[in-house]
Amino acid sequence: MTISADTEKLLTTPLHALHLKSGARMVPFAGYDMPVQFEGVKAEHLWTRQHAGLFDVSHMGPCFLTLRDTTLTGDAAHHAIASEIEKLVPSNIAGLKPGQARLTVLLNSAGGILDDLIITRPEVEELQGTLYIVVNGAMKHDDWRLFKDVLSETTHLTRADDRALIALQGPQAVDVLKDFFPGCEDLTFMQSRRMYWNEVRCGVSRLGYTGEDGFEILIFADAAAQFAQSLLEDERVKPIGLGARDSLRLEAGLCLYGHDLNPDIDPVTADLAWVIQKNRREKADFPGASIILKKLSSGPERKRVGIQPLERAPAREGTIITLGDTAIGEITSGGFGPSVERPVAMGYVDLDHAEPGTQVELLQRGKTRAAEITKLPFVPPNYKR
Amino acid sequence: MTIYYTKEHEWVSVDGKTATIGITAYAAEQLGDVVFVDLPEQGTDFDQDSDMAVVESVKAASDVYAPVTGTVVESNAGLEEAPERVNEDPEGDGWFVRLTVTEPGQLDGLMDADAYKAFLDSL
Repeated sequence: MTISADTEKLLTTPLHALHLKSGARMVPFAGYDMPVQFEGVKAEHLWTRQHAGLFDVSHMGPCFLTLRDTTLTGDAAHHAIASEIEKLVPSNIAGLKPGQARLTVLLNSAGGILDDLIITRPEVEELQGTLYIVVNGAMKHDDWRLFKDVLSETTHLTRADDRALIALQGPQAVDVLKDFFPGCEDLTFMQSRRMYWNEVRCGVSRLGYTGEDGFEILIFADAAAQFAQSLLEDERVKPIGLGARDSLRLEAGLCLYGHDLNPDIDPVTADLAWVIQKNRREKADFPGASIILKKLSSGPERKRVGIQPLERAPAREGTIITLGDTAIGEITSGGFGPSVERPVAMGYVDLDHAEPGTQVELLQRGKTRAAEITKLPFVPPNYKR
Repeated sequence: MTIYYTKEHEWVSVDGKTATIGITAYAAEQLGDVVFVDLPEQGTDFDQDSDMAVVESVKAASDVYAPVTGTVVESNAGLEEAPERVNEDPEGDGWFVRLTVTEPGQLDGLMDADAYKAFLDSL
């Protein structure tokens, strides 16, 4: 078997030294030297579902989009900055309440997805007119260029390169974190607040990408390692690598950009039409609106679904899905789900065969293996609503 | 009985004309939790270095190559129900296949335990 090594020049996050000290196996990811695993993917996955897992997601693209005009305040300022980003996303950003976050997508003129991202309206008064945005690490440079090209001169983008982004995920995350940020337990899913740890200003958001309750903390780089180290001193917390991050999000039915989402896939096909709120559908003012709205009313040609392999072999990305002799789709993410103790996958199939319970076959290395179309997620979400 | 190793981290234990093949402890450690092993059927012929089996961990699928030319006489049926044996006992219970070796001269091109250890140290 082949074990590859990669020696390209990589960036590091503020937690890099801590990862090495914690015994991480490092891999290149999105241009960074990142931990793929610590004690093992399966153990880390299960630990996160039962306790609390600490993830370094500093390689992602946290940034702030700000209105240059500082004379606007409150809702007026928010509406002005929201109307800018709404040129690129189909979600109702103007309608966000202070401290509310929303998952959305960047669209091209054909309605194709250029990235998925989370946009937060800050809670504090002096940050009205600013949006806190987290895009995917692998896409961030393209996204930031797009912002610059499309958004007006009235806006200014600040990359949060001086921060680390740390996720604490799992059912015990809240109990651990409330000792660091008293009051964080009062946040509900997709809410965000400014909070302080040892007088360090942090952005604390109750969200994540594992299907579990949890938080993401934006913290200044010079305090990040000490903060993470303090979290790890709690026996309920273990460091988790990218391997388990992937299996956790897959079981939770969440998309990974570049795999489950790409510019040829629109939000309706991706089963993400829920990111397009009613007022945006009525206004039809987002990129590719006519194409997307037509698919909403008449149905997409194909659709993202869960795929349950019925045998023990995991089905990986690129596996062709067939019905009889006909190819009806393709797997875009697949692997083994440690919590459900069986293979799990998602992908796209023709709409005629997208009904849960449809029996299909997977072509794997010349063999045909049975599988079934299923609902997503594979594990029920554990969000704090 | 002599044990040989390959640079692709397979081990080959030879007893007469029969070679038992698996992946090394180093390979199993690198792979992480093995969840499935796709093994060839009895009677299948393999040329040296051709794809013989696939081992799937939580992370990824990896090819396992035939270290020598031969014909499969048995695959480890126990791995179907307990693929974790590859991690628990890679160079014992976690074996993959037994081949009848048709070109025993190829074994001379493989490493012995000391050479493999030196090879690992060089990685």
